Amino acid sequence: MNLWQQYIRPETVADAVTALTSAPGPALPIGGGTDIMLDLHQGRHSPVHTIVDLTGIPEMKILEIRDGRLFIGAGVAISHIALHPLAALYARALTEACDLIGGPQVRNVATLGGNVAHALPAADGTISLMCLDAEAEVAGVAGRRRMPLPELFLGPGKSALKLGDVIVGFYLPLAKPGEASAFKRIMRPQGVALPIINLSVWLSRSGDTSSPHPGPLPQGEGIKQIRIAVGPGGSVPFRARNTEAFLAAKAYSPENFTAALDILLEEIKFRTSAQRATAEYRRHLVGTLLRNTLAAAWERAE
Amino acid sequence: MDTTITFTVNGKSHNLAISPDETLADLLRKRLKLTGTKIGCEEAECGVCTVLVDGEPTMSCVYPAARADGKDILTIEGLANTRDGQLVLHPLQDAFVKHGAVQCGFCIPGQIMTSYALIKRHPEPTSDDIRHALKDTLCRCAGYPTIENSIIEAARALRTGEPVRVPSIPDSVNARSVIGKSQVRPDSVEKVTGAAIYTDDLTFPGMLFASVRRAGIPHGILTKLDITKAKALPGVAAILTSEDIPGEHNHGLVIYDWPVLVGIGERVRYVGDAIAIVAAESQEIAEQAVALIETEFEKQTVIKNAVQAYQPDAPKLHANGNLLKHIKVRKGSMETGFASADVVLEHTFQTQITDHAFLEPECSLAVPLEDGRMEVYVGSQIPYQDRTQVARALGWPEERVRIVGQLMGGGFGGKEDIMGQIHSAMLANVTGRPVKLLFDRHESLLVHPKRHATQIRVKLGAKKDGRIIAAETELYGDTGAYASLGEKVMTRATTHSAGPYDIEHVRADCYAMYTNNPPAGAFRGFGVTQSAFAVESMMDTLAQTLGLDPVELRRMNALHVGSVTNTGQLLRDSVGLVECIDKVDSAMRKLNPEPFKPQPVPGSEHLVRAWGFASAYKNTGLGGGAPDTSGADLELYDDGTFEVRSSAAELGQGLVTVMRMAVAEEMSAAPEIVRVLVMDTDLTPNGGPTTASRQTYVTGNASRLAAVTLRQAITSALSEKYDVAPEKICFEGGQVHVNGHSLTFADVAREMKAMGQNPRALYEYEAPKTQPLGTGGDMHFAFSFAAQAAEVEVNTLTGEVRVLRILAANDVGTAINPLALQGQVEGGVMMGLGNCLTENFIVEDGYVVTDRLARYRIPSIAHTPEITSIIVEHPTAEGPYGAKGVGEIVSIPTTPAITNAIYNAVNIRVDSLPVDQEKIAMELASR
Repeated sequence: MNLWQQYIRPETVADAVTALTSAPGPALPIGGGTDIMLDLHQGRHSPVHTIVDLTGIPEMKILEIRDGRLFIGAGVAISHIALHPLAALYARALTEACDLIGGPQVRNVATLGGNVAHALPAADGTISLMCLDAEAEVAGVAGRRRMPLPELFLGPGKSALKLGDVIVGFYLPLAKPGEASAFKRIMRPQGVALPIINLSVWLSRSGDTSSPHPGPLPQGEGIKQIRIAVGPGGSVPFRARNTEAFLAAKAYSPENFTAALDILLEEIKFRTSAQRATAEYRRHLVGTLLRNTLAAAWERAE
Repeated sequence: MDTTITFTVNGKSHNLAISPDETLADLLRKRLKLTGTKIGCEEAECGVCTVLVDGEPTMSCVYPAARADGKDILTIEGLANTRDGQLVLHPLQDAFVKHGAVQCGFCIPGQIMTSYALIKRHPEPTSDDIRHALKDTLCRCAGYPTIENSIIEAARALRTGEPVRVPSIPDSVNARSVIGKSQVRPDSVEKVTGAAIYTDDLTFPGMLFASVRRAGIPHGILTKLDITKAKALPGVAAILTSEDIPGEHNHGLVIYDWPVLVGIGERVRYVGDAIAIVAAESQEIAEQAVALIETEFEKQTVIKNAVQAYQPDAPKLHANGNLLKHIKVRKGSMETGFASADVVLEHTFQTQITDHAFLEPECSLAVPLEDGRMEVYVGSQIPYQDRTQVARALGWPEERVRIVGQLMGGGFGGKEDIMGQIHSAMLANVTGRPVKLLFDRHESLLVHPKRHATQIRVKLGAKKDGRIIAAETELYGDTGAYASLGEKVMTRATTHSAGPYDIEHVRADCYAMYTNNPPAGAFRGFGVTQSAFAVESMMDTLAQTLGLDPVELRRMNALHVGSVTNTGQLLRDSVGLVECIDKVDSAMRKLNPEPFKPQPVPGSEHLVRAWGFASAYKNTGLGGGAPDTSGADLELYDDGTFEVRSSAAELGQGLVTVMRMAVAEEMSAAPEIVRVLVMDTDLTPNGGPTTASRQTYVTGNASRLAAVTLRQAITSALSEKYDVAPEKICFEGGQVHVNGHSLTFADVAREMKAMGQNPRALYEYEAPKTQPLGTGGDMHFAFSFAAQAAEVEVNTLTGEVRVLRILAANDVGTAINPLALQGQVEGGVMMGLGNCLTENFIVEDGYVVTDRLARYRIPSIAHTPEITSIIVEHPTAEGPYGAKGVGEIVSIPTTPAITNAIYNAVNIRVDSLPVDQEKIAMELASR
């Protein structure tokens, strides 16, 4: 009669793993549950026996510098990340994405772990983490392991997490001087509040980065390294690796941008989403979005 | 397996056993009876259920109760204090009341809780902070600018410790002692404290819960219906099908064509058709039983739109075919008209289906009484019609049914038709127990009537100097599966389809067609929203073709006193259109002397701004020969207070304040001593339907005239008693002065009763007679007029459109309550903006795609432009204090003003709604 028979709130990761594996029926770990609960209520997710609510696990609610990296617990609320000074300092793409996910009330409950575990190809949090070279710490029956973020995704809504797996948190390299990131997206005012397209850029600048740069695409100075993620650019969150390879160690110039955009359009496979956007529209938009996001990251990397 | 949780709510600790899938909203509402927290969607979309969990705004409708363990919860009931027995509102609550941010009130708890957390974090919030924090706390009355101002003022009061100030809204130019001066709503305090009761907040002992089995297919014949398994489910009290309808099998507002339940061998005409109804001990059991009902259908070809329905080979949905009505307007000669025109333009426009998305989903609660009568508690726009339809379905005399109207969380035309009233009454009748039938958002979106999708061809012929000589229009209106008010709506679309202009030769043809889409009926604007989009777009095209200023073109052709409308009505008074046009024009040109020229934003040249202009008119009242009446019953009580009663509906628009003000004005009394009772068919006389912007006019007049009647009765009683001439008796300052005596109203009540007189007056007001379409003469007793200008910004790279400013002038006759009028204007503009930019109710092959609020987006505070309201007052002689309708006109010109602005910015003519940014971007890219 109930949508689920058991609702468990473990206080440790180990207890969560045990609860998931020892449940007498299908068990589901949830963060804020803001998406998955609706899927259950509306019949898009098959009923489960046990829900394991991960938001009461202190270890997963930590946001701190740990071992020279930024650790963000998977249970940290999205709104908390959006406002956190450490996240803003080292992972601007992430805080920008976190300020846009859902609405304010949803962000107070939703977690970054849930955003990633949902494995949607255009989740704002996920797309921002993709350019930040995030690594996930996953706890499971066989202990803990670290996974580069892309390895978590198998298909739309399908993650590589197995029964008993729990994302504990994410490790992000600390942005050094001359490095910065940015996240932007384009929406439409009708229909589901999913981005038509979202995009994140992390880059490091070479050369003298102290001089002022008028205009969006100043000549001369170079991009040392760059990472670009785009959603939805395929069945899993997309990293534009060919475009990244082209732009690395190149001047930040209009010519190189044009060439990079050609490569991006070559390597990405946009699709048409009914009532949201055609593939052609996405192809049209991605240039503007890349230009603006790149410019934002470039300016910040000074 | 139940668990026990410990938590505090509003400072009080609770220890409760909960079920595993209980939500926090249910825990608060059902277990703790804290019904101030409302439920609007159960999808975390609308924000009305927002409470604070450890200080953070949280949507309680999807928040697991289990997670509340150890948490500190604050709800709307926890904000106000009591000091010395007096209620002391929190400054936010006080500001929402004083600024008029409260309309239907359903979203207000969510707005206030979200704002409360915001002010804690930002004691001096900026407009941006407010828009960021309230982005997902929707208000469909959409007084967003007023909500923003209330928050800013409350924050100031909190910072300074000073009292909340009242806003400065100018009085009406026709102001009297009460009329024309801002008044807060009588129900606003209870709406800000969470004490206000809406239907779903009610429970009765022994109450059962109902659920409806819907067809789920758009067109077919029901071939099998088996309720055996469902009936066997423990906890099911009754399952009823078509065979169990005691009385008439169909219901309807005008035509009884809508089956109460579709029976075996009968036709299903849309996905929301009801097949069977269940009453059970709990909502869950009722829904489970519904799922166990077995049905089979012989599917039929689906009619997807009005044009398809008109084809000769289309399957016939009703006995008389698919044509509900062919509506005709004829004036002059089209041949002559077009022959004498220098330029003739023609274009076809398409409007979409839209949903009212009132934040309170439908709820009906039927309670059988021991004396054999039935009470139905429901928020309904037409209580007496509900009574008629419920009684007819039950096979009862009308008097055996009592509709007890409840506060309504918005209506906008969407709560005129029967939804759960008959079903809950049937189930209550059979079980002998109270039955509540609450729609969830999904069911609400599937079932209730929408705005008509309409295809409109407009052909205009004009002289070189801009004078329009001829207008020809052809409309196909999609009225969906059942008539509802389709014929009336499409008639209004048709008669208004040539715009508010004085044109010699006019011809309009409208085909209101049945299809297999959800029914279409009344929706604020009542068809004129659609036709105004078409004709006002054409006006701009005409101006451009002739090289004329679009404002000048409208001014030159505008209706004025002495004009004859398309339907042959001579306008004798109250035509403030030119003043509306002039005032908006001059305000616009003050901001930008070249408003229609595209202006790139310096430094961001891909952003281009421009203004657009539109005007409109809209009838007040039913018109077309329908008797338009309302009754008001006014009683003076022994304690010196009054109660005025009418079964007109209060859905947030502010009628109750108008009624109170009219009585206070006539009695020279303070408005606070006048109580208002509405929507009870046992206790209040029929006020007619709350539709067609008519209630201020008809029930305003009824209340005014009831007060005049009672005043005369008092005067003549006192005149007799004190033996003075009636003209020596004077009502002033809340007292009656007779020959040096000053009587309070309590004294008056006593004196009259002592004389054997009842201090009570019933007035049946009948509005001026109107004529049916096609007979010439007065089709309506009044029209409201409006002009709006919109400034938009188009992103030429992405196609995104943002509305920056709206200037709205409305000729309302007399602004009875400027505070409430402000809310109507803001809300009307926002609803127009939604119609233009965000709202699209999508039906594919008869199946509803937008069956969740997540897929049907209504404007939020983040979409809200700067709205400037300009009130124009050309009183109409018969209106109460000169007033005429307001509710619809405020919304009508917004869509074409925006699309005309888009055209002016980027030279793209939007001819189909809503505006599609992809089309704009791709069109610009292809140039």
